[in-house]
Amino acid sequence: MDEQAFTARVTGDDRVEPRDEMPDGYRRTLVRQIAQHAHSEIIGMQPEGNWITRAPSLRRKAILVAKVQDEAGHGLYLYSAAETLGADRDELLDLLHTGRQKYSTIFNYPATSWADVAAIGWLVDGAAIVNQVPLTRCSYGPYARAMVRICKEESFHQRQGFEAMAVLAAGSPAQRRMAQEALDRWWWPALMMFGPSDVDSPNSAQSMAWGIKRFSNDELRQRFVDATVPQAEFLGLVVPDPDLRRDEETGHYRTGQIDWSEFATVMRGDGPCNRERLARRVAAHDDGGWVREAAAAYAAKHAAARAVAA
Amino acid sequence: MTTTTEVDLDVATYCLRLGDDALVLAQRLCEWAARSPQLEEDVALLNLALDLLGQARSLLTLAGVREGRGRDEDALAFLRDEPDVVNLQLVELENGDFGRTMARQLLVAAYAVPLWQALCASTDADLAAIAGKAVKEVAYHLDHARSWVVRLGDGTEESHRRVQAGFDEVWPYGFELFEVDPLLERLIARGVAADPAALQQVWRATVEEVLAEATLVVPETGWRPTGGRSGAHTEAFGYLLAELQHLHRSHPGVSW
Ligand SMILES: [Fe+2]
Ligand SMILES: [Fe+2]
Repeated sequence: MDEQAFTARVTGDDRVEPRDEMPDGYRRTLVRQIAQHAHSEIIGMQPEGNWITRAPSLRRKAILVAKVQDEAGHGLYLYSAAETLGADRDELLDLLHTGRQKYSTIFNYPATSWADVAAIGWLVDGAAIVNQVPLTRCSYGPYARAMVRICKEESFHQRQGFEAMAVLAAGSPAQRRMAQEALDRWWWPALMMFGPSDVDSPNSAQSMAWGIKRFSNDELRQRFVDATVPQAEFLGLVVPDPDLRRDEETGHYRTGQIDWSEFATVMRGDGPCNRERLARRVAAHDDGGWVREAAAAYAAKHAAARAVAA
Repeated sequence: MTTTTEVDLDVATYCLRLGDDALVLAQRLCEWAARSPQLEEDVALLNLALDLLGQARSLLTLAGVREGRGRDEDALAFLRDEPDVVNLQLVELENGDFGRTMARQLLVAAYAVPLWQALCASTDADLAAIAGKAVKEVAYHLDHARSWVVRLGDGTEESHRRVQAGFDEVWPYGFELFEVDPLLERLIARGVAADPAALQQVWRATVEEVLAEATLVVPETGWRPTGGRSGAHTEAFGYLLAELQHLHRSHPGVSW
């Protein structure tokens, strides 16, 4: 495998397809990234999924059911994309269940009020879009194509979240309070979704060279901040950052210092919900073992019967 | 201002019954979110819930219109107390394991298919329109339940035992599907409602066929719990209703 030729190829917008030759490092990096993305989608069902049965109107309930269903679908496409690289969904799930692969730290925060559902749509899906739109041009074809479909749905989720937040922000004093408190809880964790500053992000340079990553973490974070601060102002909510200001020269918003020690704590497994999220995922998987075994046994029995008949 | 007739009130009650069935079953299915045996099932179960929720919204809205007291879908879903909610007890039973959930799905879907088919020909045009959409949805619900019941029944020893236990537990609640009361008799006579006697034959044939293919036995029981249509519920229902309604009720009169 000529690595230089490969790098030259992915630099000129050529797409890599499953049967193409690729460097082992490229394959490994992609499998890990796609798997962790898939894990984030399915763990991400939990904080919002917890509110489906309590949604305050039937319309909001239907919107939320559809959203959580979309996230399960995103998980499915992404595990399939990883499988085109030779990975196996069950093995990837095992890596998640045993803590050897991660998912986005954002889902280790609790969603304790209805406004958190709105804030997750607005901020978390919003940040996911900023992160993921460049991935629609990723050098690996199946991942790029999965991202096109996923990004369409995420932007729908973002708009619904913002709209739900707007209703709360314009609602009763209790609803406004709920909305502000949700912004207070989710703002900083949402900024952390873009990962550490590029100087502290060891894999960034190689991923850039391989066309897996197109923009730096800081560039993407800036894009999110610039898009989101005016939205918060429009809603009449206060971004919980006393140092936030608009740089008149560049037009960019400058935020205060992100508390990266909090990020490290959550990453290490000591966020408010790390244990709960993983335990729930593992329990669902274990409780469903007999169902998956039954489906496999049935399929095997009937495949054998068909073979005899033929 | 149109005046509300006796027939309107009967239709309103009929829609409430069917709407409550759909809403309560949707609520139960939603409890499976991020808890199902595999990712495909998270998608499928939420899909069923979404269909049922859509049916519930149409039916409760129509009930509110016919009743003529200005109650919309949310007023009916969130502001009625337990004795005024008139779903079948079958749909409110706790999910249990996946086998029991699928056993219940089969009993409900095998009834929903002929029910909505019949209601497509209802003399009430609004109800017939709801039926036109629902009939396509429940055909998938029946396929889904059938395929799982067959795989679980004819899968492993454990799955066979579990799904049979699920049927044994939910079966007695199936009798209520086919009860007739004076209100239903009046609506059947007018061609508005479906006749349970006709539904029961189709239901029985479907369920027996699926159970046979699944190598399961039809449970035998003389016990016939009843009362859902007049607001009698199991103990589990209070918890379901509390979860469904508490947030809406905590903020009276606001928009969401
Ligand atoms: Fe997603
Ligand atoms: Fe999303």
